[in-house]
Amino acid sequence: MSKKIYITGIGALTAIGNNVSENFISLKEKKSGIGKITQLDTIHKDEIPVAEVKLTDDELLKELDLKKEGAYTRISLLGIKAAKEAIKDAKISDINEYRTGIISATTGAGMVASEKYYHDFLNTDFANDFIKTHEAADHTEKIADYLGITEFMTTISTACSSSANAMMLGARLIKNGILDRVIVGGADAHSKFTLNGFNTLMILDRKPCKPFDNDRKGLNLGEGAAYLVLESEELVKKEGKTPHAILSGYANANDAYHQTASSPEGYGGSLAMQQALDNSNLKIEDIDYINVHGTGTANNDLSEGRAMITIFGNNIPKFSSTKAYTGHTLAAAGSVEAIYSILSLQNKMIFPTLRFETPMEEFNLIPETDLIENIDIKHIMSNSFGFGGNGTVIILSKS
Amino acid sequence: MKAYINGTASLSPQNSLDYNEFLKGIVEYEDDFLKSIKPNFKDYIKPIEARRMSKTVKNGIICSEIAMLEAEINMPDAIIVGTGLGILSDTEKFLEKMLNDNEQYLTPTSFIQSTHNTVAAQIALRIKCHNYNFTYVNRGFSFETALQDGMMHLNEGKKNVLIGGADEMSEHYFHIVRKNGRWKKIAIKNTELLNYKTEGAICGEGVNFFVLSSEKKKNTYAELKSLKTFYKPKNDKEINKKLLSFLENNNINITDIDLVITGQSGDKKGDAIYDNILNNNFIEKPVAYFKHLTGDYQTSSSFAFWLGANILKSQKVPDFIMQNNKKVKKVKNILIYNHYFNINNSFMLLSVI
Amino acid sequence: MEDLTLKLKQQIIEALNLEDMEPDEIETNEPLFGDGLGLDSIDALELIVLLEKNYGIKIENPKDGQKIFHSVKSMAEYITANQK
Repeated sequence: MSKKIYITGIGALTAIGNNVSENFISLKEKKSGIGKITQLDTIHKDEIPVAEVKLTDDELLKELDLKKEGAYTRISLLGIKAAKEAIKDAKISDINEYRTGIISATTGAGMVASEKYYHDFLNTDFANDFIKTHEAADHTEKIADYLGITEFMTTISTACSSSANAMMLGARLIKNGILDRVIVGGADAHSKFTLNGFNTLMILDRKPCKPFDNDRKGLNLGEGAAYLVLESEELVKKEGKTPHAILSGYANANDAYHQTASSPEGYGGSLAMQQALDNSNLKIEDIDYINVHGTGTANNDLSEGRAMITIFGNNIPKFSSTKAYTGHTLAAAGSVEAIYSILSLQNKMIFPTLRFETPMEEFNLIPETDLIENIDIKHIMSNSFGFGGNGTVIILSKS
Repeated sequence: MKAYINGTASLSPQNSLDYNEFLKGIVEYEDDFLKSIKPNFKDYIKPIEARRMSKTVKNGIICSEIAMLEAEINMPDAIIVGTGLGILSDTEKFLEKMLNDNEQYLTPTSFIQSTHNTVAAQIALRIKCHNYNFTYVNRGFSFETALQDGMMHLNEGKKNVLIGGADEMSEHYFHIVRKNGRWKKIAIKNTELLNYKTEGAICGEGVNFFVLSSEKKKNTYAELKSLKTFYKPKNDKEINKKLLSFLENNNINITDIDLVITGQSGDKKGDAIYDNILNNNFIEKPVAYFKHLTGDYQTSSSFAFWLGANILKSQKVPDFIMQNNKKVKKVKNILIYNHYFNINNSFMLLSVI
Repeated sequence: MEDLTLKLKQQIIEALNLEDMEPDEIETNEPLFGDGLGLDSIDALELIVLLEKNYGIKIENPKDGQKIFHSVKSMAEYITANQK
């Protein structure tokens, strides 16, 4: 069984950049992607800020040289662009040279199109091609078909921990000898369904979010896609590649407290953190930085903060929430933030929590608010906690 | 590491909650789509608990409890569910309200309940299970990935994993997809499924749960020997090659297979594929089918899995599942071959313990 | 007031999907949240919408809901005092 899982390719598309380089520049320059809704026709247009990918579907179709007739939903387009970047970055020329799989994640699936064409689906023939794109598997198949992957595919949907779970499954498939390499990640796009759904839960901030701030009012929804190429140790050695990082640990645990809220003491989160540490054979003092889930909701940040204190005691590592830049990209969050963590590891940087002003009164946890450079980081913990109590923690290490 | 099936439970359009009841005879339908028989929910779930559970969540809770009871476990090491479409009813409820009332007066319940991982999450919530919890949503691979993940867990040292396949159909979604050619254009008798060589499958739904364990128990049904999935095969030749390769990798010959269960759905094009593979390899073998019992749905292979496990344990094979007249002797090895509109294909090998 | 409490109970049963439950199974003075009927924060959000849709009363801050939604009785009293 392969011992180490390497990350050899990364690709990302968010509100702060159309590829990894652009994301990196925005992170360094503290440029957030949160702003007014421009791409959705909703009554909340002027009220609720979101983080939109700054490319329209038509622009994506053109760039990827795809035909509209192919019925590409927005998440398929975002996913193909990001996955393509990751494959190129991993310098893969023949996708089927080794046993290669794809695991993608989504929460909204094809809803952007389904809600637009809902009445057409039954009453006209106008949008028939989008009927089957409603299903979550559709975008994974479209990415697989674009890249030529046939060996293995699956799609995960576990709310906000989805793409972190995709990473975990990918690693386990390699360790269990089923695959040699896997493209893992997720994609989500803005829809009225998701926007209104979160709005009914009263957890959307009417201004750009303030993670871990005492005056935080909620999250901002974001859209995006991010993929990583995971390869076995044997394959990396054989190909003589220089990997980006090591996926050195992971764990999934369930809060089992409530359908949407996290437990006040962050039990599920602390379990996932401890199990990820155990899985990576690392101790708490080995963690140099945490990319927290940090959505900016009253509930998450309190619960997550308590979980961090449970695990790290008085020695909480430096931490920040990059959702202050990208909004909460839902299923893509885990993989987006894994890529940001890799950028931190490789460039010896920690990105700040934008707009943080006042520490939470419940405890003394202060996230990083400035860009930190020239800092030696060996191990990063990245948290993703979702609805249904689903909590995943991954640990990335310098390779 | 071996994978034993230590608990099973099924809620489907047949009397599958009890295998002996199921054996008594096929429940006949002539409907647009086959709907699961409703159990008495109050026997299992209090109204205050059931308020936030759709039909499929309730069925999932009931089936998981029964399977765990049979397997003599209170807490599984993992809960893994496969669902192709998630909870359609709540998705539609929220979507329709949103569209009809122009995004006003919306409430969170149906939104929360529409999330794909709600079945797995509600099971965990109910039994306070803090362990691994995953949901796969990849059409006709959803249940298979759940099984594969479960097998990996056993390989990694875990003892018991709870695996489920769950899908529901709604009136609205049914009509949309029928318009797109997936389902039969008219209601047909499920008992005459194989007589209709026309376009479209018979549609259905169901929830099936299992406990896979690393240890044999007195209740053990069977062993899940192996599983293989493959995507959009180019032609029947490729499927045939994959089949022979699957058997070879498992050190098993065609002569060792005592029963084949295939997923004929009534769709002319899709069923021709099964017929070719059967004619090439299993012409002398007893062959059964199951979609006339449950209809086709993206996790319907979980019903075939339930059927196979129960046959191996009881050695009772009902006439009404047989496609041919070949006599069924002692059943030691069952091969299940299923595809979802030839996009997602799978082979499963189950053996007696 | 009695008519209103009965109507409210029926509306609560419908809004919260308490299938197979009858109005007389909900005590007028019993706490709705925590011990008692056992509702939670999501149900509170449902009740906020119920008040707005059926009685035209808007609750801006969900935290005010705690007092208002304490029991069917307190809900009825609030509605009587504030209905437009």
